[in-house]
This record gives sequence, structure tokens and C-alpha cells, in this order.
Amino acid sequence: MSASRRRRTLLSLASVAIFLALWELLPALGLVKPLFTSSPSRIWTAAQWLFANGFWYDIWVSFSEFALGFGLAVVIGIVFGVVLGWFPTPRAMFEPFVISLYSVPRVALLPLIILWLGIGIESKVALVFLGAVFPIIVNSMSGVRAADETLVRCARSFGASERQVLLTVALPGSVPFIITGMRLGAGRGLVGIVVGELVAAQAGIGHMMARAGATFQTDKVFVGVIVLAIFGLMLSKGLSTLEARVDAWRPARK
Amino acid sequence: MARLDVQNLTVGYVMKRNQRDLTAVQELSFTARAGEFVAIVGPSGCGKTTLLHTIAGLVAPQQGQIALDGRPIDGPGRERAMVFQSPALLPWRSVLRNVAYGLELQGVARRQAEGIARECLALVGLADFAESYPGELSGGMQQRANLARALAVQPTVLLCDEPLSALDAQTREYMQAELQRIWLERPTTTVYVTHHIAEAIFLADRVLVLSASPGRIKADLAVDLPRPRSLSVQRTPAFLALEERIWSLLERPAWLGANDGSAAR
Repeated sequence: MSASRRRRTLLSLASVAIFLALWELLPALGLVKPLFTSSPSRIWTAAQWLFANGFWYDIWVSFSEFALGFGLAVVIGIVFGVVLGWFPTPRAMFEPFVISLYSVPRVALLPLIILWLGIGIESKVALVFLGAVFPIIVNSMSGVRAADETLVRCARSFGASERQVLLTVALPGSVPFIITGMRLGAGRGLVGIVVGELVAAQAGIGHMMARAGATFQTDKVFVGVIVLAIFGLMLSKGLSTLEARVDAWRPARK
Repeated sequence: MARLDVQNLTVGYVMKRNQRDLTAVQELSFTARAGEFVAIVGPSGCGKTTLLHTIAGLVAPQQGQIALDGRPIDGPGRERAMVFQSPALLPWRSVLRNVAYGLELQGVARRQAEGIARECLALVGLADFAESYPGELSGGMQQRANLARALAVQPTVLLCDEPLSALDAQTREYMQAELQRIWLERPTTTVYVTHHIAEAIFLADRVLVLSASPGRIKADLAVDLPRPRSLSVQRTPAFLALEERIWSLLERPAWLGANDGSAAR
């Protein structure tokens, strides 16, 4: 069992190593133009230069935009989604807006958001928020609406109030749905940041990439891509950890 | 313990499929004396579960009245507790917190609720599983927790909706003996719905036989077997005679044909 696992790990490492070697060799042998593909060593040099010249600030700006927008989206999305899922009156009032905004590609709102909030950090926070909040609302809604009917009836038989049913049955039961919503929302939020910064910003990872791309500095663009990839991976890992923690009661899945 | 009076009860509901009214229980009356164990048997679809849900206050009757010690009931109340057919345990709570759940809903402080829950877990033989999650328990153990949760609120009337029907035959027999032991330790007025005739006779002081839909009482039979009853009581002539009697009272389901089925072919 562990031998076959070691073999798979080795295979993965080898294939990555071969890919990196080809990426380095092909431009060096003059087979492809480094202007288009760059190469690992060039990217490494560019990264060193960038980090020595203020790239941390760009990362910090992007990170705070994301943290603010996503944090807001999680809090508001869960509250809104749970209320909308549980009470029919607010659902009837707000569902049309949620559904229609959910189906609009959020980047289509970018010109409006820039018009309203300018090109500073606020417009990016808004874009992340709008990207993340709707998947969270929609999933939290389905979560509480899918509350186990038997458990609800059981709670009622013990004299539970509507609020108690919501807090002890519907809300804990919808946690897996909420986390799925957060996962989707995190992806959308990340897209929001990059697009917002590519189009109009004063700082940020996307801003750096836009400038580098416009001046044919491919190496720097690749540094941005890699930093974003690492950020996305960490985010996804963080959500998995959260999921494992709140799902500790679930019998181990094989 | 409380006396339960069900008077002239009619319960119906609208079927979702074709919007037709269905009368589940019609003009049904019976009384369970304080501390009496009443079992209700009947063919499937005779309104047994509806009757129980109405007594629990989960369903409003169209007509008639249910009273505890003479006081009419209106909605769910803390003096009645229900043991559900499916264990209905909250999967994200430990067994202990599940058993304390009913008490918590009724505003008992968590500490005190968990103390009572521990006693009830000991009573049903689950003391060692207080910290386990429901998903880690077997079906029989889950039903013990379900029962412990109902006992924890110290109901004056215990309502059981086929609590053993999902168990395998052996566990079921064992749980019948366990139920009797627990009931003898904690005498409570009990209404026990089942489709299992031997189980009804083994557990009950009285067996009510319902007719097919709409449910009406067809017979009210006393079970005069001394307690505690051992499982071997099921082979005594008195037991077998009663079982035979109830079988003959139950109507055959329509799909089985009019007599023994041979004519249907």
C-alpha cells in the first residue's frame, strides 16, 4: 500500500521536474522565444527583483482587498441566506434580486463599481464581496431549506420554538452547504480581485501584472501568476481544514 | 404519570398528490389510565402514526379532544415525549448532548440537563457511549438514545412510534425485553404504536386493534400476563391465543386478495 503510494509521489515529482527542465531548456536552445514563455530561471530572477522592490506591498494590498471583501461576504451571506431560507416572507421579497444578481457575471458590474467607488481598494473590496456573497447566500439558503424533516419534527415535539429549530437543527445541518458556498465564493472573489486590479488599480498583484504585461516583461507576469496560484492553494487548504473541524462528528470517510 | 383521554377524535389531511382529503382517524376514543401501557396495532395506513402525532400535538385534530388528567392539550407540551420511528438524533451532537437536547429546548441549564441525561443513559445501558456520535452507534443503540432523550424530560405520557421497526429480528426481541425493564423501572403512561402483534402483547397492558383507513377502534383487549414477562412468555397458550385473536381481527390488505390468496391466481 505505502509502496504504491511512494511510487505515485515519485511519478508526480518526476513529471513536474521534467516539465520544469523542458521549460528551462527549450528557450535556452532557441526553440521558443523567451519573450512568450519565459523560463524558470528568469522567473526566479524577476521574483527576486520584485520582492526587493516593493512587491510585498502589492501582495498586502491584494490580500487585504480579498480578506475584507470575503470576510464581509461570509458574514452577510450566511445571515442573509439562513434568514431567506427559513422565513418565506423575506424570501419572497428578496429572492428575485438574489437570483438575478447571482446570474449576472460580476465583472460586468466593474465599470459601475469604478464609477461609484473609484480605483482605490474600495472598488476591489466591493468586487470580491459581490463575487463571493451570492454563492454563499444561495448555498446557505438551500442548506436550511434541506433541513431534515424528521429532526425538525422531533425538535417541535419537545416544544422547540421556531428560533430554536433554526439554531439547533437547520443551521448546524446546513454547515456543509455553507462551506461549499464559501469555496465557490472564494474562487469568484479571487477572480474579482485580479480582474479589478488588471482593469483599474493603483497597487496589487493584478496591477503589477497589468503593467508588466503591457511592457512585455513576461517574467514578472509569471511571478504574479505563481503568487496567485499559491494564494488560491492556501485558501483552498484553509477551507478544507475548516470543513474537517466542523465535520468532526461525521464518521471517517474512506 | 397521567391519565390520557382521547375523545371522539377525527384527524384528516390533504394528500399532496391529488389534493384529496383523507381521513386518517375517525371518531376514535380511548382512555389510558395513569401508568398504563397501551399498544396500538393495525394494518399499515390505518392512521396509527397520525393518531400518535396528534396526541403529541404535532397535528391538529379536525374534531374531538385529547386531555391529560382532564386538561385538554393544545400543541406540543413538555409532559409528553415522543420516541420516533427513526432515531432522529442530531448527528453533530454527542450522544450525551442528544439526550440532553429535549431538556435544553425546555430551558433547563446545560449542566443540569447533562446530569439528567447521564442518568437516563445509564438507565438505557448507554453510559459508556455518552461522548460518542450517533453515527458511531448501531441501530439498536441509536434507538436506546432516542428513548433516553424522551425519558430525560420526565414525561407523564410516553409516545412510541414503532421504535423497534428498523431493527433486525434478534436485536428487536432483546430491545423488547429492555423496554419492559426500563418501563418497570420508570412506570409511565405509554402509548405504543406497532404493527408487530407479538411485540404489542409482550409489552402492553392493553392492546387496541384499529381498522383500516380511516382508523377506528375495532377491539380493546386486556393482556393479563404477570410482569416481569420473560421472552418465553411468547410461547405460552394464553399469549398465543391472544396473538391468534388479534390476527383474525386485522383485515387483510386488499392486495392480498379476499381469502388466503390461492383464489387470486
